[in-house]
Amino acid sequence: MKALVVDDSRTMRRIVSRILQEIGYETDEAGDGQEAIDLLEAGSVYDLACIDWNMPVMDGLEFVVAARARADWRAMTLMMVTTEAEHGQIVRALAAGAHEYIIKPFTPDAIRNKLELLGLIPAEETV
Amino acid sequence: MTLATETFTFVADLVRKRSAIQLEPGKEYLVESRLLPLARHAGLSGVDEYVRGLRAIPRPIEYEKVVEALTTNETSWFRDASPFKALTDHVVPELIRERPILRTLRLWSAACSTGQEAYSIIMALRESVPHLGVQITATDLSEQVLARARAGRYSQLEINRGLPAKMLVDHFTRVGIEWELSQQIRREVTFSRHNLLHAPPAGGPFDIVFLRNVLIYFDLATKQEVLRRVQSVVRPGGYLLLGGAETTIGVDDAWERVPVGRSSVYRLNARRAA
Repeated sequence: MKALVVDDSRTMRRIVSRILQEIGYETDEAGDGQEAIDLLEAGSVYDLACIDWNMPVMDGLEFVVAARARADWRAMTLMMVTTEAEHGQIVRALAAGAHEYIIKPFTPDAIRNKLELLGLIPAEETV
Repeated sequence: MTLATETFTFVADLVRKRSAIQLEPGKEYLVESRLLPLARHAGLSGVDEYVRGLRAIPRPIEYEKVVEALTTNETSWFRDASPFKALTDHVVPELIRERPILRTLRLWSAACSTGQEAYSIIMALRESVPHLGVQITATDLSEQVLARARAGRYSQLEINRGLPAKMLVDHFTRVGIEWELSQQIRREVTFSRHNLLHAPPAGGPFDIVFLRNVLIYFDLATKQEVLRRVQSVVRPGGYLLLGGAETTIGVDDAWERVPVGRSSVYRLNARRAA
């Protein structure tokens, strides 16, 4: 399983990457939407992208729109991971084609929960 | 800091008498961490001192708080995912197939904590069987969690735990730094205080009971007692959904295990039903 973490904060990229690695993903990182597009254009294939909203050059929403426009990238699940917490913003992201949405701050199990919901990883029974 | 043996014994006794939950030796850390906020609130520095005070002068309200603090309230939306999938993909279609006249499903969410399970059930059924009426009775031992459940307001961290974004935007509005569930969903759930060892709650007979991650805290005799009471309010052929580490096998043979996907549900044998 491969995942792409798109965030302009290096610390946040590390946090998200580490959580995904513990779940079993191999991860790549991009500092903004354009860097993410560049990786995809160069032929990298990802099962999942975790995308921040506010980034320089190309923001997360623009990236989602661009990614959803490409039929060959359609298998990639898009999950926003952002501080944007307004109802209207979440609606916009889903309408643009994001599959899931996590609002910062979050706990590691929030990411795991979402991936289970999306059927990307098997559900773990909790006690 | 180590908890005094007499503190632990007193607390374990109190919790067992009031909730039937067994706190085995080794759970001292749990007692310590859960009761420390109560001790601090009382202006005391430690749990030993706090419990000494309780033993000296019995105070029922404070006892209640101790029991509440120690009964786990771990929960999340669509917890473990598979029971909800079993509900919408197997249990409800089966009930409809057997009873074509079914108009309203009655469910009991036992030990419902802050309400996420009951509300998850409603939201899931709204999508899978929008034509069917749904009434949920949700119960818990703790008045404190029930008040939160009724309010239907959740923090950002709680919302992130398992709630699909689509359901968030469909059913919640943002109120300050919290999210509030729509009145439409909330009014389909009736919350009430209930002890699993007492007579079952009103609202039955139930088609489906969620009793998840509760039996694990009980000894065999208590499990049997709880299941006997549950059985008395489940329709013949109705279903019981347990936690991943729980089963009726070897506890109560009135239930038949039905494997569904990666998990199992339990069906009340028609001939055994009350």
